[in-house]
Amino acid sequence: MPTLNDILILLPEIYLVAAVCLILLLDAFMTPEQRPQLHWISIVVLLVAIYLVIAGQPNQTVTAFNDMFVRDRVAEILKVFALGMTATVFVYARPYLIDRKLLGGEFYTLMIFAVLGVMVLVSAGNLVTVYLGLALLSLPSYALVALNRDAKLPPEAAIKYFVLSALAAGMLLYGMSMVYGASGMGGTPTLDLAQLHNVMSYTTAPKLLLLGLIFMLVGIGFELGVAPFHMWLPDVYHGAPTPVTTFIGAVSKLAAFGLAWRLLEGSMGDLSRYWQPMLAALATASLVIGNLVAIVQTNFKRMMAYSTISHMGYVLLGLSAATPEGYAAGLFYVICYTIMATAAFGVMLALTRAGFECEEITDFKGLNQKAPWLAFLMLLTMFSLAGVPPFFGFWAKVLVLESAIHANMLWLAIVGIVAAFIGLYYYLYVIKVMYFDDAEEGAVVEVKSDISLRVVLSVNALALLALGLYWGPLLGWCQRAFGV
Amino acid sequence: MFNHLLSLLIWLPIVGAVPVLLAGTARPMLARSLALLVTVVTFVASLWLLHYDPSGSVMQFGETHVWIATWGVHFTLAVDGISVALILMTTFVGILVIGGAWKVIQNRPHQYMACMLLLEGLLIGVFCATDALVFYAFFEAVLIPMYILIGMWGGPRRVYATLKLFIYTFTGSVFMLIALLYLYQKAHTFDLATLAALPLTMKEQTWLFFGFLIAFAIKVPMVPVHTWLPDAHVEAPTGGSVWLAAVMLKIGTYGMIRFILPITPDAGAHFAWLIIVLSLVAIVYIGYVALVQEDMKKLVAYSSVAHMGFVTLGIFMAFMLVRESGNVEMASLGMQGAMVQMISHGFVSGAMFTCIGVMYDRTHTRQIKDYGGVINMMPWFGFFYVLFAMANSGLPGTSGFVGEFMVILASFSASPWIALFCAFTLIIGAGYTLWLVKRVLWGPVTTEHVKHMSPLNARETWVLIGFAVAVLAIGVWPQPLVHLMDGSVAHLVQQLAVHKI
Repeated sequence: MPTLNDILILLPEIYLVAAVCLILLLDAFMTPEQRPQLHWISIVVLLVAIYLVIAGQPNQTVTAFNDMFVRDRVAEILKVFALGMTATVFVYARPYLIDRKLLGGEFYTLMIFAVLGVMVLVSAGNLVTVYLGLALLSLPSYALVALNRDAKLPPEAAIKYFVLSALAAGMLLYGMSMVYGASGMGGTPTLDLAQLHNVMSYTTAPKLLLLGLIFMLVGIGFELGVAPFHMWLPDVYHGAPTPVTTFIGAVSKLAAFGLAWRLLEGSMGDLSRYWQPMLAALATASLVIGNLVAIVQTNFKRMMAYSTISHMGYVLLGLSAATPEGYAAGLFYVICYTIMATAAFGVMLALTRAGFECEEITDFKGLNQKAPWLAFLMLLTMFSLAGVPPFFGFWAKVLVLESAIHANMLWLAIVGIVAAFIGLYYYLYVIKVMYFDDAEEGAVVEVKSDISLRVVLSVNALALLALGLYWGPLLGWCQRAFGV
Repeated sequence: MFNHLLSLLIWLPIVGAVPVLLAGTARPMLARSLALLVTVVTFVASLWLLHYDPSGSVMQFGETHVWIATWGVHFTLAVDGISVALILMTTFVGILVIGGAWKVIQNRPHQYMACMLLLEGLLIGVFCATDALVFYAFFEAVLIPMYILIGMWGGPRRVYATLKLFIYTFTGSVFMLIALLYLYQKAHTFDLATLAALPLTMKEQTWLFFGFLIAFAIKVPMVPVHTWLPDAHVEAPTGGSVWLAAVMLKIGTYGMIRFILPITPDAGAHFAWLIIVLSLVAIVYIGYVALVQEDMKKLVAYSSVAHMGFVTLGIFMAFMLVRESGNVEMASLGMQGAMVQMISHGFVSGAMFTCIGVMYDRTHTRQIKDYGGVINMMPWFGFFYVLFAMANSGLPGTSGFVGEFMVILASFSASPWIALFCAFTLIIGAGYTLWLVKRVLWGPVTTEHVKHMSPLNARETWVLIGFAVAVLAIGVWPQPLVHLMDGSVAHLVQQLAVHKI
């Protein structure tokens, strides 16, 4: 029987469900002229959700609904950034949606449902809740990818995403069922993450458990988009409308980190000696494949997809340390990546217009001559992605490398460092195109006059510099969440 | 004032870059004047550093700000005599570089000037940092304005050159980052003084030594990782070349004395022979390479590699002298020579590149064969050019002589063979420099390019006078400079003798 306390713990999520239903209703009853107002309403809804998450955060970890739902500091951080980044995506998306006549309730409701999935997923205390959150995140995402259904690429990307994602979710479920079975060998079977953690060490079926772990890792690897489970990423990034790409590139990665941490540390922390080398292998593959393949991309979105693959490799570097410091570094990195990816796509969105996507790298030619401020923001983002000090991306890299060395994986840190200077090339290439090349004759560069986009984008990119100069408080927040 | 002098020196040019950038394309004169103002104010402020007391404690003007408490990173700055000399050189060159680029840069001058200021602030930061992570951040960040500078205002192959510069140097420094993170595991701090006192086994020291060496050797640059330098110099705009030669190369050797010497003295002593051999190769072989260059900038670039060979030779010979023969006095002399050579080379190479820039602005060619008889058209320019050429070949009375002489003298007590090879440079150096002067300045006017050359204007004259004063002052009266660095050099040599195993 749910108590009032359970409801209070779930307040942000319950509020968001209510709000999104309200938006659905509003969408149905609004006249076409009023419909653009949904944009501001949705942003306010998200900002209120952020407030509820922070204001209602209890001092200790609390659980609700028989430990199905956990509300702890890690979930708080992930939720705040997921909601904040979604609101940012809304701001960036508006001119794009108006130009393509897509501005309507579907975009906003689907995205808020997806972010609700993120919130459930990162707070999961039970294997069922994990899957519930993942499904709630994935299903709206498929629809969002196909939002522009009359274009050629989006439906193709959506089908690819759906089929591969369903396969990965199947693997995850299969793994979960094995883990459930194995946990029953020593006593009562359980789906609860905390209880799983307790029975892990003396289960009598270690082989079944390990097989389950491997299947679950496949699911996690797919959500993170690490090699060799990365094949969906470039196609989906390329095919999806850019605002949706931004969402998948930024917010979904926060969810994937939450998923990985809940499943690996939450339920199998004592088995870290088994999953550590697997994560290290995945990290190595992603770092190498992501960076090498990104070099040959000519499409900016595909390049960013491969860049995501390599950055998720760095996140795994932090996770594979299997220490609180390592998790904190991984969380710090994933937050940093989210901010960087949003800024990079934001510049792209500021340059797109009706009939012109601005998605080839050559579309940025001579940007410094036409729009110096946007070029400068992109410059900050690219240097940050490349990990050049003093930008935020550099410190995030330093932290994960340090945690890898701390966990006696010096070789992995060296792989990470070698990957960093392979990756340098394609980020520098974008800057080269913007600054050193002349704009092509007759090329029109039209910068969106949307004032909210310009302001938020500037803040977003400048945050990379500001956080690079002063990253202590954010790191402290991440470390306190893991009890460092 | 004195408590925050170093912060002021770092942030003044960096923050000053913002209004320069805001001046925009529409107001180039405003951007230029603001940039000049910022560099002059920075230079005047840096003169306070002359209050450095060489007989007092080694590190002075220290300041500490807690930066990242959870990670034990402090924003600590302090200077010793060597840093003071290098910072003064940086701020002085900063003014001359702005002056040199005044009218020359017509394409987006505000961005050019902002890059210059950014570069100046970051380079000062490198020389002040006493926390390894802060040092690393400045050390790497220097590449950002340099990348833009060469890529935007460079020659025809600028993209190749600037990517090569960035990737080459970044590749080297990431190994240093791994080394630093390893040290952090052991010491739980990035403070250089603590790291210097950390005991390390020979195996650890060897790995760390090579980690640091790759980073700094590429920056210096030493043979065989010098190939980015000629490309970068040839393609860079004049101002970029001057910064590169005058100050950026010095952060490589400066890093060596801040990291390799105190942190890995035993590995350093063990592998000193390697550095000495590479330095001699740089001095002799690269000298010959310079001889056959047809591009003036390339010639001076190669001569820079040869001259920086003296600096690395002086630093690592000290290991040999202290560890093998216990000759502290000669080791100090060699080290002192290396430091003087660093300062001197900054001014001489900066001046040489400025001279080439002056000619290039008039003719738009850097090929030696396109010149001849320039003295007929530009008599005063000829005067300066000969002066700097003499300094480049190490003539007594110019700054070039002082450092080289001290290093050669010290090398004689290490081994007459080393002395033989390194004294060779005086001949080769004179060879390529004087031959360059002969082909460019003397003789009748033979080419169309030279016929249309106009004499020096007032701005160029002042810039060259600035360089000339520095070159002659150090050459004629090196005592103040030597005195400034004396205590710090003695401290460095002391550290060489410490066994950390």
